[in-house]
Amino acid sequence: MGDWKAITVPLLSSGSKNIFPYTSERKRSPTSMNSQVLRLSLPSPKNMYNFFGAFCTEENLEQSISYIDRELTTMGFPSIYAEPKGKELNLVCIINCMNELLVLQHKNLRAQEEVEIQHLKLGSDMDHLQNCYAKLKVQKLQNIISSRATQYNHDMKRKEREYNKLRERLHQLVMNKKDKKLAMEVLNYVGRADGKRGAWRTDKTEARNEEEMYKVLLSDYEQRQKQLLLENAELKKVLQQMKKDIISLLPPQKQKPKERSEDGLVLSDQEEDIGELNKENMWELSCETVREQLTNSIRKQWRMLKNHVEKLDNQVSRGHSGAWNEKDVISREDHELETGKLELEIQQCKEMIKTQQQLLQQQLTCDDDTTLLLQDCYLLEERERLQEEWRLFREQKKNFEKERKSFTEAAIRLGLERKAFEEDRGAWLKHQFLSMTADCKPENTTASAFLRSSDPDIRLVKSASRQRRLPSVLSPAVSPEPFQISQYIAQNSVASEKPAADNMPNLWVEGDDKEETEECTKSWEDSGVGPLFRNLHMEQLP
Amino acid sequence: PWFLEVFKARILPQLSPVLSPQASCIQHRLVVRDASSLQILQLYTCLDQIQYIEWSSDSLFILCAMYKRGIVQVWSLEQPDWHCKIDEGSAGLVASCWSPDGRHILNTTEFHLRITVWSLCTKSVSYIKYPKACQQGMAFTKDGRYMAVAERRDCKDFISIFVCNNWQLLRHFDTETQDLFGIEWAPNGCVLAAWDTCLEYKVLLYSLDGRLLSSYRAYEWPLGVKGIAWSPSSQFLAIGSFDEKVRILNHVTWKKITEFDHPATISSKKTIVYKEVEKSPTVDTERLTFPPTRALASSLFSTQSKYDISQVPVSLQYIKPVADRANPKVGVGMLAFSADNCFLATKNDNIPNAVWIWDIRKLKLSVVLEQLCTIQAFQWDPCQPRLAVCTGSSRVYLWSPAGCVVVQVPGEGDFQITSISWHCSGDSMLLLSKENFCVCYLEREERKGVKTCCPV
Repeated sequence: MGDWKAITVPLLSSGSKNIFPYTSERKRSPTSMNSQVLRLSLPSPKNMYNFFGAFCTEENLEQSISYIDRELTTMGFPSIYAEPKGKELNLVCIINCMNELLVLQHKNLRAQEEVEIQHLKLGSDMDHLQNCYAKLKVQKLQNIISSRATQYNHDMKRKEREYNKLRERLHQLVMNKKDKKLAMEVLNYVGRADGKRGAWRTDKTEARNEEEMYKVLLSDYEQRQKQLLLENAELKKVLQQMKKDIISLLPPQKQKPKERSEDGLVLSDQEEDIGELNKENMWELSCETVREQLTNSIRKQWRMLKNHVEKLDNQVSRGHSGAWNEKDVISREDHELETGKLELEIQQCKEMIKTQQQLLQQQLTCDDDTTLLLQDCYLLEERERLQEEWRLFREQKKNFEKERKSFTEAAIRLGLERKAFEEDRGAWLKHQFLSMTADCKPENTTASAFLRSSDPDIRLVKSASRQRRLPSVLSPAVSPEPFQISQYIAQNSVASEKPAADNMPNLWVEGDDKEETEECTKSWEDSGVGPLFRNLHMEQLP
Repeated sequence: PWFLEVFKARILPQLSPVLSPQASCIQHRLVVRDASSLQILQLYTCLDQIQYIEWSSDSLFILCAMYKRGIVQVWSLEQPDWHCKIDEGSAGLVASCWSPDGRHILNTTEFHLRITVWSLCTKSVSYIKYPKACQQGMAFTKDGRYMAVAERRDCKDFISIFVCNNWQLLRHFDTETQDLFGIEWAPNGCVLAAWDTCLEYKVLLYSLDGRLLSSYRAYEWPLGVKGIAWSPSSQFLAIGSFDEKVRILNHVTWKKITEFDHPATISSKKTIVYKEVEKSPTVDTERLTFPPTRALASSLFSTQSKYDISQVPVSLQYIKPVADRANPKVGVGMLAFSADNCFLATKNDNIPNAVWIWDIRKLKLSVVLEQLCTIQAFQWDPCQPRLAVCTGSSRVYLWSPAGCVVVQVPGEGDFQITSISWHCSGDSMLLLSKENFCVCYLEREERKGVKTCCPV
């Protein structure tokens, strides 16, 4: 008849505990109740009306009473009706039932508490046991590992002994089997690396080896000690410096009666000591006491400094709170002014940042591709420029090569022509001489040799200019002979020492002939070669 | 930067300790070249395939070891006609090296039965018995005066210290190790570090006269020391271990002053992370010719890469190690100090693409280089704080406090650099792949101008 319903009752107040929904059947064993925490709470007086209103109302009074009666009778309580089928209620019975229910409730609560305590205990026991179990397991495994390791070592040793025996046997066999062939053949023995002769191994050498070894070790230790000493000295200096600084930081009041209570005497002693120690060269003393004194004094000073700083901090904060009320009004005004100013500043800064951001954005709006393209553009430009220059360079190089070639050809030709001319000249002189002795007629040919050429001056000038300026291109249009001769003479006159062909490697410019001739006439005449030539000219005309 | 063809050579080219020559071998021929022009100076022929070559300390001799035949041949650079052959006979040969004076050769016979010391000056031969077969069983001091050898007798480890002058035994003492794994002298020659197998974390420090100065053990059970490195001033000893940490001991107290962790996520704002990114190859359309030249073709198809700075926090590629394999790829296996003591470069094997560079003056992580492929090797410049890294690609990466740069080896695409060897002057370095090598010349200025020249 009675069935346990799932009752969900809302949270009533903060003070009351939660009520968890539960379902259970009558057949559920009591032990399983342990796993569920069931907490019923009494409703607080505030919501009592609602609570009670939820179950029984004016309308369903009779049904609720009969329901209650049923429940109570099922639980073993006597019926609350006065008569079995009547509608009157036995008040005494009701009160008794209520009392019984209250007692039952108390008992249940107590039982619940106990169950909870036990639950907690069991939980902690479980944890503890698990830890112990884990540790035990680890230990067990370690034991297993160590036992396996010892067994393994033992087996390895056994195998190793066997192996050694085999090796010994092999070694004997190998050594016995004396190979007929020389184990080492060498063309000739080499001198030692240090040039000295090898020494016999004697006791003396042993002793010397020992000596050497100890020397090496000692020198190493000495070096290390030196380094450590240096380090120590530096650190001591630093500590001294720190101490001085700390003392100077501390205000002189600190050494007043405040501190004198406990360690005033000690302080004064210390100060004396410190004074003494400062006078002496402390970094030369390295005994324990000195070191301790130094570190202790530094610690003390440092503590004092810390206290001082803390006190200052307190003062400042106290000062702030203390003086607040007095300066309230004034400071607020100032404060407001300041804040106003700062706000303005902030506004301005923000605006500036915005504008800058915009500008930046504009700059960076081109995405990666465009930037890459741009970069590439610059690179392309560069590259194209470079290629142009390369092309020019190559062309110029070609031209230079051409000119050089022709220049060398011309030089060769010149040489040949010179030879020919020499011969001609010789012949001519001979002829001249002969003709002179024969008859005194002036020779037209010779004169014409100089005058014959259509544009003698110009040509001479040309050649001269070319000698001076251009090593390379010789105009083939000019008739060779007079040109050659004139060239030769020009050479002799113009370049008195310099042979023209060889010494003008650097002249590049292929100028305009006309321009050059114009310039050259002037320069040539200016150079004073003109009159020379003319003199020569004159000389050769009889 | 310009490179010539990559040279086809077999194993172990080495730059000599002194400036000029450089030797490499192909099959059974030894080729000696000039280091700056890579012109062939000498060509020697050995009796068998060469497995190992080494220059003597004064660069006058080269030894060529042929392990299969058990023969070592020594050649002279001054006199090409001079020859020397050392035959171990039936004893076999597994390792061979020079003594520091350049006049003795130490051969380790098969099964580590003994070490034979052959003298090129006299007829004398010395034997060292019971040498230990471990990774670093023989160590010479930097000044070449003393040699330490790890030995094992009756299942116990010993260390013998010899005077290299006359090979006299100076000290012989036992070590408290289970299975001594390696020994290394401090650069000042006064302290010898010895460490145990990875099953036991133990680092022992011995003085030159055999006294145990200190013993350091960070933890007990997990796998221990993977590698150590001394700082050039002997001030610090860095110990890399399987727990992905490096612990630094100081030389005064031999206690740990700090430990460096290598987590997969870097969150410190002060660390710079350089990440290698691929960039598509640029094609210069003007220079396209038909038929395309080989250089052009290779440059078109080879991937270029450059460095980008990643924003912290950065998550690095982390490889979870396989649990049930021996010698797992976990922990700090590669570590090296820079020549000026200011930096330490490390690699955590389960973050295989990253090089960690620590600032030793501040004891903090300074830079992380994150590469595209697994780091194969790195080496510091012997003169300045410059680190060269290779990852098995055809690029070498250089880092210095000024920045880092990717250097591409032009030529055929498949030049996979697996190791680097700097020249002692810091001006050039050898880049080695399995079958080829290449020499990279660096310009004097700190700028990334790099000129590389591979012999044809």
